[in-house]
Amino acid sequence: MNYHWNWGIFLEPVKSGDETYLDWLITGLGWTLAVSLTAWLLALTIGIAVGALRTTPSRLLVGLGNVWVELFRNVPLLVQMFLWFFVVPEFLPRDWSLWVKQEMPAKEFVTAAICLGLFTSARIAEQVRAGVGSLPRGQRDAALALGLTLPQAYRQVILPQALRIVIPPLTSEFMNVFKNSSVAFAIGVLELTFQARQMQEDSEQGIETYLAVTLLYFICAFTANRGMAWIEARTRVPGLIARSG
Amino acid sequence: MIEIRNVSKWYGHTQVLANASTHVAKGEVVVVCGPSGSGKSTLIKCVNGLEAFTQGTITVDGISVGDPKTDLPKLRARVGMVFQHFELFPHMNVLQNLALAQVKVLGRSQEEAATRGEALLDRVGLRAHAAKFPGQLSGGQQQRVAIARALAMDPICMLFDEPTSALDPEMIGEVLDVMVELAQEGMTMMCVTHEMGFARRVARRVVFMDHGEIVEDAPTGAFFDAPASARAKAFLSRILHH
Repeated sequence: MNYHWNWGIFLEPVKSGDETYLDWLITGLGWTLAVSLTAWLLALTIGIAVGALRTTPSRLLVGLGNVWVELFRNVPLLVQMFLWFFVVPEFLPRDWSLWVKQEMPAKEFVTAAICLGLFTSARIAEQVRAGVGSLPRGQRDAALALGLTLPQAYRQVILPQALRIVIPPLTSEFMNVFKNSSVAFAIGVLELTFQARQMQEDSEQGIETYLAVTLLYFICAFTANRGMAWIEARTRVPGLIARSG
Repeated sequence: MIEIRNVSKWYGHTQVLANASTHVAKGEVVVVCGPSGSGKSTLIKCVNGLEAFTQGTITVDGISVGDPKTDLPKLRARVGMVFQHFELFPHMNVLQNLALAQVKVLGRSQEEAATRGEALLDRVGLRAHAAKFPGQLSGGQQQRVAIARALAMDPICMLFDEPTSALDPEMIGEVLDVMVELAQEGMTMMCVTHEMGFARRVARRVVFMDHGEIVEDAPTGAFFDAPASARAKAFLSRILHH
């Protein structure tokens, strides 16, 4: 391989301006974390709610939940990004549409966080539904028999158990959020992938650039993984062995 | 206390309850028995509205269970229920299991709920296990906690849905002892069970079901000594000779 290695490139100034390439990557990492964590909070909130709705006795709620999941699950994330950015604002009422297009602060960031959040919420909803479904029907009966309302039964009895069960798949989703956030570069969020492309073109040191970015993504996802493992250990219930039926 | 009148239930085209009528008076213990699939669990779950029924009426303390205007959570809070598989909440310790509905449904304070819970744990002989989780207890202990959990709501009557069927034989006695004591104190009880010894000791009447029908509803002595129907005779000879 005839390549001129230069690991010092990160500390060199960019061609136009007084920042270093490292500054670019740090900015990128900041936006990656911002998009990912915002999307994750959105995804968890909506995903748990929609997943729970899909297990209620109401056919209407189950139907709405199913539509939600299928809508976000069956369209590529990249296309969804473009839809939210270019298409959705056109369908808003006129005043809103103008505001979104011209005045909304951090437009790219907000769009990316909503898009990734809703996309991920559909996946979480599916896992939460499966988690609730794996509990014995008698748990719901027992909660209701004590006089709890259905929402109380979910809040106190069903979801605390279902969420513990789905921590392993949720861990993968949390890691996916960081990795999927790279798609946000397509609508101009200055996140890690965007900055990497910019650095590669500016510095012509593509290999160092992408190796560094790979390492940063790896650290994000791996930290997410360890964080979830910590939560899993913290919430473990003594003596709980999964019972079927 | 519990009035069941002409109750029928279908799942699609399958009839699981056929015109069932019976009652449990205040302070009475009624045992419901019958072969598996006879509809006895379905019937008892209709009493507190965990299962809907298609026709007929059920009233508990004068309140109609099937009436859409009835506040079911409020009614259920007054009717204790014990399940075959205990259904303790595995993510809460024993005392939390006893306190949850007291606090969330009855509005008692945590301290009140804990005091009441501990008193009932004492009564079922499990005071020392208050801080344990259900998964750390034996089946018999879990079922005793489940009974205490129901009693913590100060119910006006108790429903038991095969409370000993999931237990190892050596643990059945400890659960039945608690139930017998409860019956002797005058608790109104409707018990789906195959424990015929229990029935003989404390039941006022025995209701025998088969294929969703109440085939026999007789005073306990009469039921065991001279069952009227061939189906009840066959059932008794099968389970008593085991």
